[in-house]
Amino acid sequence: MTKTRLFALMGTSVLGMMLTANAVNAQQSGYLSFLIDNGPQSVAVAEAWVAAYTEQNPDVTIDIEVRPGGGEGDNIVKTRLATGAMADVFFYNSGSLFQAINPVQNLLPVTNEAWQEGIQDSFKTVVSAGGEVYGTPFAPAMGGGIFYNKPIYEELGLEIPKSWDEFMANNEKIKAAGKVAVIQTYGESWTSQLFVLADFFNVLAAEPDFAEKFTTNEAKFATSPAAVKGFDRLQDVFEAGYLNADFGAATYPDGIRMVATGEGAHYPMLTFGIGAIAETQPDHLQDVGFFAQPGDSADSNGLTTWMPDSVYIAKTTASPDLAKDFVGFIGSPAGCDIRNEAVGATGPYMIAGCELPADVPPAVSDMLPYFQEGGQNAPALEFLSPIKGPALEQITVEVGSGIRPAAEGAALYDEDVRKQAQQLGLEGW
Amino acid sequence: MTAAAVPAMKARRRSLYPGWFYAPAAAIYAVLFLAPTFASLYFSLTRWTLFDSVFIGFENFAQFFREPFLIQGLVNTVIYAVITSGLKVVLGMLLALMLTSQIVARGYLRSVIFFPVLVSTVGVGMTFTVLMHPTVGMINQGLATLGIQGPGWLVDPKLALFSVALVDVWKGVGLATVIYIAGLVAIPKDYYEAARIDGATSLQNFFYVTLPLSRPATATVITLSFIGGLRTFDLIWAMTKGGPGFASDTVASVIYKQYQAGFYGLSTAGNVVLFVLIAVLVVPLTMFLNRKQGHE
Repeated sequence: MTKTRLFALMGTSVLGMMLTANAVNAQQSGYLSFLIDNGPQSVAVAEAWVAAYTEQNPDVTIDIEVRPGGGEGDNIVKTRLATGAMADVFFYNSGSLFQAINPVQNLLPVTNEAWQEGIQDSFKTVVSAGGEVYGTPFAPAMGGGIFYNKPIYEELGLEIPKSWDEFMANNEKIKAAGKVAVIQTYGESWTSQLFVLADFFNVLAAEPDFAEKFTTNEAKFATSPAAVKGFDRLQDVFEAGYLNADFGAATYPDGIRMVATGEGAHYPMLTFGIGAIAETQPDHLQDVGFFAQPGDSADSNGLTTWMPDSVYIAKTTASPDLAKDFVGFIGSPAGCDIRNEAVGATGPYMIAGCELPADVPPAVSDMLPYFQEGGQNAPALEFLSPIKGPALEQITVEVGSGIRPAAEGAALYDEDVRKQAQQLGLEGW
Repeated sequence: MTAAAVPAMKARRRSLYPGWFYAPAAAIYAVLFLAPTFASLYFSLTRWTLFDSVFIGFENFAQFFREPFLIQGLVNTVIYAVITSGLKVVLGMLLALMLTSQIVARGYLRSVIFFPVLVSTVGVGMTFTVLMHPTVGMINQGLATLGIQGPGWLVDPKLALFSVALVDVWKGVGLATVIYIAGLVAIPKDYYEAARIDGATSLQNFFYVTLPLSRPATATVITLSFIGGLRTFDLIWAMTKGGPGFASDTVASVIYKQYQAGFYGLSTAGNVVLFVLIAVLVVPLTMFLNRKQGHE
């Protein structure tokens, strides 16, 4: 054994003794790096957590590192994991993208930590691999559906639509009143997928085994009458002329602003947008409501839900105990309270004991019934199947701007999905 | 080694410098260029997740050519390269003529024309994305005051590629101009004096003296801007991300999307395809341009 290795070993064992000693009085010391994405809300929440945690543990230093979101962020995470240079604790997607970072090889399991008992099982399933749990929720659960402007609904005397026909009838009235009925923001193409992805509750209502068959190459978007409807709906809304004039260039912040200030009536989006409304349009937070994407029948109305992103610990971390303690803090009721205070409540938490404040924005209270007893919800396809084609957002832009008909778009997406499945090495492709 | 072999080897390697003199450069070249090239050739034959790789033969290439948008991407790439290099030649020549003549504020104008070359491409892309916004962009608002309804520069699938190409020309024409200025200044004055004695008009001057004698500059501008156009990526990505839909995708942006999706082997295969494509188009073009030059 070389001298340096000996010293290193001694160092770690001393550190280990210190940690066990400190665990008695719950005081931690040491250093952690924490990698998050550059969204303003992620940054605000992470800073609040770190401030609160280091106040309780003055001997701990936590550096926040920021990376871009989207595909570039995915590549940074994968590259840093592959080269062993990952931050101690990091934030990343759950569900199909989580499986792609090779969790068994790269992440530290947290299955048996005490605080995991408080985490809901439905969340654990989307951050598990090889029989171990690896994640802790970073945020509340989300729904995919439609934000609507309440003053417009009041002014025109509209009812919340339960079926697609009712939704289109509302759009017709809004258009007749000289207003923008549906806001689309294809300047940021990821926002174009909602009508397809948020329709998945309706797909499952019609074909309960679609996800399994989709994964095993037995069901296709183009040939399943229920699944192709998401693409049809995208095309319907475009052809009826309900969109804002600049839908091709508008961006997500534009969409948030328009639905909040009443420049448009409906904006299909995930409920995490509530945080952005609270931040950029606080005066209009009370003007925005939310409903699930309506399907064929008013009787089977329900919400397509998204599991939150998650916090993971890299296997390469030098201080696993400290990292677990910090992640446990994030996944505790105290962590939720800090989050509520920093960026407001945006949906139900997946952590036992986490309460929503009494004065949640209307868009949040609108989504809660779908999660409660007797409410109806179903997970989005990306949590039931490891496959999600990477070109969906470009295809939905094309269908939603009239460049390509819905049926062709669905067939093209099936082609895209095949490529992903082959890359994942799934059977039957 | 026998004593007789030594002089024989010395005779064969008669060079100005001893062999070891090249070693540092060769080592750098091997580490920084050869190794990655061969590594990427290997990885293009694998299914590669960054964490492990499985050898799958030519499947990536088959998949890449099955890519629904590859053909459109190839066509777009060639259109883009032809438009940008063509316009840079014409405009660069015209600007260079203007800037070598005796006009007021020549030095100032030269720097104004060259300025966009120095600005970051992504910055230029973002600026023009704002200027070309269909409703609130400055370009369409300016047209509106003239009573013209401006098109959706970047959101109309028929226009997007051309809009980006125009911005590329705006950004790159300064370099072409500088090359042309150098070429024009190098033409000996004797030719123009001889032409004047023969009674040539300025148009004849241009077509029979300036144009043929600036051919080396033209060859340089065409080669540089054509290669640049074929492998263009940054401007397209900053302005349209290949959109709307797939309307302005080029080979490079298709490759980048595969990389973003985590298909590392597939995108490496795409890079090999792009490398071959550039070689196949540019090598004959350069040979053609240089042969013409030899005939002058």
